[in-house]
Amino acid sequence: MREITYLEAIREAMTQEMERDETVFLIGEDVGVYGGAFQVSNGMLEQFGSDRILDTPITELGLTGAAVGAALVGMRPIAEIMFMDFTTLASEQLVNQAAKLRFMFGGKATVPMVLRTPAGSGTGAAEHHSQSLENWFVHVPGLKVVMPTTPYDAKGLLISSIRDNNPVLFIEHKLLYKTKGEVPEEPYTIPLGQADVKREGKDLTIIATSIMVSRAMEAAEKMAAEGVDVEIVDPRTLRPLDTAPIVNSVKKTGKVLIVHEAVKTGGFGGELAAVIAESEAFGYLDAPIVRLAGREMPVPYNRNLELHTVPQVDDIYAKAMDLVKGRI
Amino acid sequence: MTLNKDEAAYLLMEMYEVRAFEEQAEKSYMQGKIHGTMHLSIGQEASAVGSVSMLEPTDYILGHHRGHGLCIAKGADLNLMMSEFYGKENGYCRGRGGSMHIADMEGRNLGANGVVGGGLPMAVGVGIGLKQKKKGEVIMCFFGDGAASSGAFHESMILSHLFNIPVVWVCENNQYAMSFPSEKWMTSDTLAARAELYGFPGVSVDGNDILAVREAVEKAVEHARSGKGPYLVVNNTYRWRGHSKSDRNRYRTNEEIEEWKEKDPILRFRKYLAENKLLTEKKMDEIKDQAYANIESARQFAEASPEPALETIEEGVYAP
Repeated sequence: MREITYLEAIREAMTQEMERDETVFLIGEDVGVYGGAFQVSNGMLEQFGSDRILDTPITELGLTGAAVGAALVGMRPIAEIMFMDFTTLASEQLVNQAAKLRFMFGGKATVPMVLRTPAGSGTGAAEHHSQSLENWFVHVPGLKVVMPTTPYDAKGLLISSIRDNNPVLFIEHKLLYKTKGEVPEEPYTIPLGQADVKREGKDLTIIATSIMVSRAMEAAEKMAAEGVDVEIVDPRTLRPLDTAPIVNSVKKTGKVLIVHEAVKTGGFGGELAAVIAESEAFGYLDAPIVRLAGREMPVPYNRNLELHTVPQVDDIYAKAMDLVKGRI
Repeated sequence: MTLNKDEAAYLLMEMYEVRAFEEQAEKSYMQGKIHGTMHLSIGQEASAVGSVSMLEPTDYILGHHRGHGLCIAKGADLNLMMSEFYGKENGYCRGRGGSMHIADMEGRNLGANGVVGGGLPMAVGVGIGLKQKKKGEVIMCFFGDGAASSGAFHESMILSHLFNIPVVWVCENNQYAMSFPSEKWMTSDTLAARAELYGFPGVSVDGNDILAVREAVEKAVEHARSGKGPYLVVNNTYRWRGHSKSDRNRYRTNEEIEEWKEKDPILRFRKYLAENKLLTEKKMDEIKDQAYANIESARQFAEASPEPALETIEEGVYAP
């Protein structure tokens, strides 16, 4: 099958949905002639024109609210916030408005919108351009939160997000933009709320999100060379969370390592650990549930410090081996 | 602007219904029949009724937390509205939203908002949608002097101009953002003048004069509907009651409140109607009585309506 990048997969999903449905449009800062800060929407202005690729000045709150309002009258907007750090500026509209309008109005309104934003560190962009704030939004009923890892997942999940009748926060990772994978040319959907077992194994379950899935895959290859068989579960959608594959995997392996880039305290790993602890998998555990996550600090600029702020392949390998060898 | 007798009777009825609705809501609250809080717009009826009366039924509104008058003016069913105040299942929001969140999607009222300035960015998006649909519909977005100092206001004014959308911005300047006097940073005139700086027309009017409001808003609606983009109208008015039920009126004097009561928009309109022989005193009293009777009937409807069933508690969080 044809291979394209994660970035191209996202662009293809938006393009195909805009070709299929004239209510879909893109709004954001520098999404037009610039092509998006990461070039995700490159060429879309030329194809769709300025009525459907809406370039805005610096108005995170305004453009997010515009997406909410347009959704209320039957459009399917895609808003892009250039860096996840700036969702803090948009959060009033996302948290107070988009997430609550339907319930608050007695189930009589729908807000079918997507807010796309790149999260994560690793580009040397420092404290204000590197955060992973997904769990802030996972905490908000009314929102759906999606974090794709592969180009295949990115396309299928984005098409589902655009067609979904709820506000969806679609969190991309900057370091994944250039990664390649097999992606069908035709449009397809992956249901929101469906986890994926990215690798099957019997000795240890690793549950990881976003770029940590690919790092865990690398660590698992290394471990396989040493005879350790790792299973990797990617929730793909954090809200709603598909718990069955997680619980089943832990029942099978009896050991679980949870890996994410966001700061550990209050991170999604706590939720995953609680889901396991509250489930029938609890009795199958042979070791404590272990979390490996970002340090309790902002992301610094210095290359070496930055690398050591969030889990890398070697960190995952070391922690996973500790678990398998009974050192935890 | 001239009025015929039917229009005059309609506008007076709407203003009395708004007044009577809020008086009843306040009374029911004092009796412990309605819980929470509410933000009454008594004294501001000309602004709400006058502005919304210039719209077509197919046009949209977005409101603010003091928006009961806007809902009634946009044609809300009084029974369903009162039921919402009582938290009942048959209320506009199934008892989930209450006073601050009345929305009537069928009536194209996209909802009142509990966040000051919350509706402004949404109006930009509604405008984008309406522009694309090309049906000549407009969105009228209401906000107060409090929202006018927020970042949401600045961003929304800029985007509305940039995208040249059919929006009528209506600021109801009732002089206080809770306790903060708006005159410390602006007046209705200086706020309206800011519209020019954003690139579109702005005008301030005596918001207690329903005819002045209608005249200004008529121009604004026509401007927006004809594709010329946004227009700002600032209705200079005053709320007689406190900000909400917690207000002890420490930031203003009783004399000031009494002075504004002298400018009661309903009595002013009655005086105009009498002087211009549009309606007799008797007819106007009949309208008033009918309005209060309609609200009394809404109260009875609400009190007799069912509570939401507990098993439905989580319904409506997500759309299918």
